[in-house]
Amino acid sequence: MAVYIDKNLCKGCGLCIHFCPKNVFDITDEINKKGFNVAAPTRQKDCIQCKLCERSCPDLAIVVE
Amino acid sequence: MSQPINPLRKYIREGKLPHFFCPGCGCGQILNAFLQACDELSVDPSRMVIIGGVGCTARIPVYLKGDVLHGVHGRTLAWATGIKLHKPQTKVVIFAGDGDVASIGGNHLIHAARRNLDVLVVVANNFNYAMTGGQVAPMTPSQVRTMTTPFGNPEPSFDICELVVTAGATYVAREATGRPVQLERTLKKALTHEGFALVEVLSQCPTNYGRYALRSGDPAVTLKWIMDRCITKAQADKLSKEEKAGKFVLGEFVDFKRPIFCGSSVYDLESCECCE
Ligand SMILES: Cc1ncc(C[n+]2csc(CCOP(=O)(O)OP(=O)(O)O)c2C)c(N)n1
Ligand code: SF4
Ligand code: SF4
Repeated sequence: MAVYIDKNLCKGCGLCIHFCPKNVFDITDEINKKGFNVAAPTRQKDCIQCKLCERSCPDLAIVVE
Repeated sequence: MSQPINPLRKYIREGKLPHFFCPGCGCGQILNAFLQACDELSVDPSRMVIIGGVGCTARIPVYLKGDVLHGVHGRTLAWATGIKLHKPQTKVVIFAGDGDVASIGGNHLIHAARRNLDVLVVVANNFNYAMTGGQVAPMTPSQVRTMTTPFGNPEPSFDICELVVTAGATYVAREATGRPVQLERTLKKALTHEGFALVEVLSQCPTNYGRYALRSGDPAVTLKWIMDRCITKAQADKLSKEEKAGKFVLGEFVDFKRPIFCGSSVYDLESCECCE
């Protein structure tokens, strides 16, 4: 299992950070084509596959597989 | 190998993402929850007619494959009535803002509920007219600061769920974007309901509501402000009217069946000849 973020869709809103019960995400310094600082699942090893991030992302940018 | 993408994107029009909603907007979460609900029910949204009026919320249908309508402020239910009269078996879903459906479209709303028109209305209540810059709206809570009420909203607000229950709606529920799992479950139930269904979704508008009312454009701040004021129906049943003041009650308010509207005659789905 792994968490994937589509960097082209991410707007860096931070809702994945808000919803994730395991504090897996960070907003990074990487800036995408639209000028947003994108989120990344930097602490993947803590993930419990609850899929709250996938379900609450407003931009359909996240998938947990 | 290319990176896996969210499977719900199969319902989205090619090349339409990223959508126009601001970062962290609840409209995107409602779109996500609606598609998840459709997917779990194995009903294809592209087989439905999906209607939006005007506003940020009303843009949700624009991203979906299939037959979508967008662009007449407040008149979603008038369109829906026409569609249901012509093709009663078509599933019709409406996405409307609180301004769209409770203000300019208020009269359509109460009569569609009274007639028990067979549609699902998803109301994103972001407590303001978001698209036009954050003006006060009929569902802005009292005392709240908006762009046009800098000293606080002096008026009381509508409880749209109570309004449509009184008018005759047959499925009515309130949920919040802060509870994505419950939201999906409610939308699933509403999608399978026959008759007038309305789901009010409390939704964060960080850009206009958040900045004016809460002095913060952070989506999590508005989301938290909403969730801090939410109680479940079970909790609300134990409270007095005074104790419930200023709270948003989440849960199902009605769920029953009665004859559905079909043109000049009201009829039961079972006995209708034109729908066979
Ligand atoms: C007939 C008409 N009147 C006014 C407008 C201007 N207008 C556009 S969007 C909007 C507000 C929409 O607010 P709401 O329905 O709450 O949706 P939101 O943007 O908050 O999601 C208004 C008043 C319009 N487009 N058409
Ligand atoms: S699946 Fe759950 S635990 Fe894993 S990253 Fe997403 S929200 Fe966090
Ligand atoms: S203005 Fe508000 S409701 Fe409209 S897209 Fe931005 S955050 Fe969403």
